[in-house]
Amino acid sequence: MQLQYFLILAAALFCIGIYGLINSRNAVRVLMSVELMLNAVNLNLMAFSSYLDSLTVKGQVFTVFVIAIAAAEAAVGLAIVLAIYRNRDTVDMEQFNLLKW
Amino acid sequence: MNLAEGVQLVSLGLLSLTTLAAAIGVVLIANVVYSAFLLGGTFISIAGIYLLLNGDFVATAQVLIYVGAVNVLILFAIMLVNKQQNFAPVPRSWVRKASTAVVCLGLFALLSTMVIATPWSLSAESASAKGAIVEIGKHFFSDFLLPFELASILLLMALVGAVILARREFLPDESAEELDSVLTLPERPRELAASAARSDVGR
Repeated sequence: MQLQYFLILAAALFCIGIYGLINSRNAVRVLMSVELMLNAVNLNLMAFSSYLDSLTVKGQVFTVFVIAIAAAEAAVGLAIVLAIYRNRDTVDMEQFNLLKW
Repeated sequence: MNLAEGVQLVSLGLLSLTTLAAAIGVVLIANVVYSAFLLGGTFISIAGIYLLLNGDFVATAQVLIYVGAVNVLILFAIMLVNKQQNFAPVPRSWVRKASTAVVCLGLFALLSTMVIATPWSLSAESASAKGAIVEIGKHFFSDFLLPFELASILLLMALVGAVILARREFLPDESAEELDSVLTLPERPRELAASAARSDVGR
């Protein structure tokens, strides 16, 4: 069991999240990719907390904070998706250009 | 964890395999409902990895909050916006896909070499005998008290904001009159909503 395994797993998860964030057409899938990236960061924090700071587990405290913020972000993000679906009648990211220029 | 080294290694391998497979499925599967269920699989696998990292409280919170709240919320949003539509193909979308794949693979290679090349100063002490949950509670009520309270305020603000954003703009016609006498949230008047929609069409 080494720290490096967890860090490489988190890096792979983060890169998959970035790919999905940029290439998704469905707005809900974009939010799912953001959740994947947040989970990768949480995995990093937990690995550091377990291997480098196992007495005062501050990384786990930060993970709990990130989970709380992610829950708030998911609620507000899905509400925005619902509002924009009602306004535009689509969830296609390519047609959400109302703030573009 | 009080498991043998080999058992931990095998379970880490299985959990990371399911995590990565489900995450790739979330991103690549065309049906978004399947993606949402695979996202739940990813969250549960990550909770298992947290158990391997002595984080039993965080693993419980992960299952409760992510699988129980966030994933269910995403499924509800998919049901509410479930419109069968085929997205119009964008010209030269393969350029974006290929460049994103190149950037992601490059970032992964960079991070991997950084992780392997860095000499980590591992702490020698084993985990606290009382378990992590006592330590987390002490942190929450001593040195992380202000962020803890701020997080509760932020959750309240997100709750109110989500309700206001997802609320309907105006009431339907048939029930508008009798609802006037009942205590209701102040809604946007119909004239304003209609004029906003008209100006939106005109633009």
